[in-house]
Amino acid sequence: MATLAASPFSIEEFLLEEREKDLLRFSTAGSVDDGKSTLIGRLLYDTQSVYEDQVRSIEGKGTTAPGQLDFALLTDGLRAEREQGITIDVAYRYFSTARRKFIIADTPGHEQYTRNMATGASTADAAIVLIDASKGVQIQSRRHAYIASLLRVRHVLVAVNKMDLIGYDEATFRAIVKDFTAILDQIAVDTGTPVETNFIPVSALKGDNIVHHTAAMPWYEGPSILELLESLPSAADTRTSPLRFPVQRVLRPDHTFRGFAGQIASGTVRPGDILTALPSGRTAKVERIVTWDGDLEEAIAPLSVTLVLDREIDVSRGDLLVSTETQATVARDLKAALVWMDQRPLDPARKYLLKHTSQTVPATLRAINHRTDLASLSHQPAATLQMNDIGSVTLNLLRPIAVDRYAENRATGAFILIDAETNATVAAGMIRSAVDISAGDDNEGEAWGRVTAGEREARWGHRGGALALTGPAALIDAIERSLFAAGVVTCRIDTGDPVFADDAKLVELVTRVEMQSGLLALVVRNENTDHLTARVEAAEIHVESDDVMHAISTVHQLLHNAGIFISAEGAGL
Amino acid sequence: MPVAATEVNPRSTSSFLKDPRRLSHLRLLEAESIHILREVASEFERPVMLYSIGKDSSVMLRLAQKAFYPAPIPFPLLHIDTGFKFREMLEFRDNMAREIGAELLVWRNEPAIAADTNPIALDTKRCCGLLKTQALLDGLRHYNFDAAFGGARRDEEKSRAKERIYSFRDGAGQWDPKNQRPELWNLYNARIHPGESIRVFPLSNWTELDVWHYIHEEDIPVVDLYFAKERPMYVRGEMLLPIEQSFVARPGEKPQMVKSRLRSLGCSPCTGAIRSDADTIPAIIAELISFRSSERANRVIDHDQEGSMEIKKREGYF
Repeated sequence: MATLAASPFSIEEFLLEEREKDLLRFSTAGSVDDGKSTLIGRLLYDTQSVYEDQVRSIEGKGTTAPGQLDFALLTDGLRAEREQGITIDVAYRYFSTARRKFIIADTPGHEQYTRNMATGASTADAAIVLIDASKGVQIQSRRHAYIASLLRVRHVLVAVNKMDLIGYDEATFRAIVKDFTAILDQIAVDTGTPVETNFIPVSALKGDNIVHHTAAMPWYEGPSILELLESLPSAADTRTSPLRFPVQRVLRPDHTFRGFAGQIASGTVRPGDILTALPSGRTAKVERIVTWDGDLEEAIAPLSVTLVLDREIDVSRGDLLVSTETQATVARDLKAALVWMDQRPLDPARKYLLKHTSQTVPATLRAINHRTDLASLSHQPAATLQMNDIGSVTLNLLRPIAVDRYAENRATGAFILIDAETNATVAAGMIRSAVDISAGDDNEGEAWGRVTAGEREARWGHRGGALALTGPAALIDAIERSLFAAGVVTCRIDTGDPVFADDAKLVELVTRVEMQSGLLALVVRNENTDHLTARVEAAEIHVESDDVMHAISTVHQLLHNAGIFISAEGAGL
Repeated sequence: MPVAATEVNPRSTSSFLKDPRRLSHLRLLEAESIHILREVASEFERPVMLYSIGKDSSVMLRLAQKAFYPAPIPFPLLHIDTGFKFREMLEFRDNMAREIGAELLVWRNEPAIAADTNPIALDTKRCCGLLKTQALLDGLRHYNFDAAFGGARRDEEKSRAKERIYSFRDGAGQWDPKNQRPELWNLYNARIHPGESIRVFPLSNWTELDVWHYIHEEDIPVVDLYFAKERPMYVRGEMLLPIEQSFVARPGEKPQMVKSRLRSLGCSPCTGAIRSDADTIPAIIAELISFRSSERANRVIDHDQEGSMEIKKREGYF
């Protein structure tokens, strides 16, 4: 508190200074012995962010030399980890300097806790990755850097720690910088997200280059860890990004007021702006931006506000209000990177719920595209994803939702998966591409060409095909309805229709076009018989027409056997 | 700019720092807390706000007003009354609920209060267990609440640093620190089975200084006991014990008038006062930054044993 004593302390000035502070969130990760807890303890202690009673409670304890504080004890929380001597979960720490406030998500480096690292990184603007200078680059540091890049943490500070143990040797530091830079380049290729990086040689134990510069490494002229943290840009400036406003709640205190409450995910909103509600596509003009403190003339992300629109359009919780010029993708089919976080592995037979912004939708796994091996950064085929695995999957949603790619928008590109039975949060997801249901295009950029059969199958859950039905009209209607109910996109060709006039060539031509478009063509001939004949390719069956349910299930089975449905579930079986 | 029929509050312009691309940390924290309040109100069937009358509760209540404005707060407030709360606190509570038009519920462990449960006859741990933890669990069960907001902050105590924003509790209201759901981005998993519940901490990321600074900026009313005043106290070494519950006095102890205030509002027998001249919010903040001792240090209960807060939380305490 020397600075306070030197100049008379003015609380008014302090409060003005306090008011001007912004907020930087960063995550830390490190292996058990990297000295991460020591580094954070040192940051807190050297910025005078530790209370005296907390310092008193650790004096004379720990594993450091007599008279030296064991800074790691300042941050170790729970009993279990005190017993094991390791950090086992995400812990949040707070400190501030004269310039800004900081929130640290302190995450463990132990391999089995990758999920916690991803948790900490999900809200971080920056990440500190630790490397033990006496050991060189270990797999953990690679894992941390990969997760930081995958979760789009914009800035990585690589703290090369324990420089005191190697005699503050510059050559060793340079070698580590070279090794790790090569790894970071490889990671950026895989995740598609290059990160800005700084390397800082430090000793957390001695306090070198943590807060203050050190005389021990005159060859290093860069900033200390704290100087960097103070100068990095804070929360991404999204003022000029397209507006994204997920509706959390409709406020209707009385019949005169209807407002949509939410937190702006990106962009700027002003009265007069024309917005589109997704997925409905209706548009309306912003009339007011309502807050308890009065109406605003402008609001930016991430403020929580309430929007009043100029006309009644159907908007409810889960809808996304977006700028009309730059809309989000309304999709049921997503390709996403997943970090698997549950003991129970990913299982295509289990039911999962996808939570995205303010809505939750049942999701079906269509494919596991690959698993990423973090040691080699290679993609491997995988039948499942285990706890702490990272992979790429294709998901199909029961209802369409409005999304962006995670690379473009962290808020509208992220989701979590919840196991519908256990209610556990099982995965973190980052959307890589989404198939727009209206345009049928793929905003990944690779599929501006012709729509493929595979894409049609992914959309509709079945292949194109032709089902010939001959029998009583009422039964054929019931079968068509049952297929419709199961989500099959059918197109009916009544051969008795004057258009076709029993023109076999025309029927065949239309059937082929429908099949190529991925539809199930129903080639129907009404006959007043006591049985129904159904044929798919070479397979033909006959069923009595008096048992409707039996006839329906037999026809579904026929289609399933012919491989028309992608899954048994899709067949309604 | 002529904006008809809308009033722009000067405070709203203080959202922005001198650099208009940056928002102040308080505005960011406020936005995050409001998002949480709205999520819970929308995803749970029977949420409730635990209202403890202290400064954190006062901030949380203001944030709830903001979150749903111009609609009323869509859930009731619940106060767990141990019977040992300061008279000023109870008056403040009732006035506040009336003024903002909130529904206030009060729950007491009446059998334990009738049996004269107190921290001298028992120890503080068992007293807290009956009058706070048990009362809280009973109250939540009685009204069948499935989500309860609490004003706890992660910077208060080491075991709180790991607490999630949505803190999952089993059917018995207990917390398992090893089995918490990962919490990513601002996507909170609100799914629970029947009988289970969550505690929600919208102020998780606020520090003690943030809370006071926000109270100052927003003119939020707080209980008078926070402000320094001449008050009768039993003086025991460095400890100042309010005379509200005379039975805490040891033989021969006489109350003295001491200019003092409370840093945190607990039960009168277990909350020590501090000597202070801080009679305004800025003075309290000035005292806070010069007096570096964490605020729970003068709550007697945390000193029972190493890690006692964690044990209480496992059992169902906030």
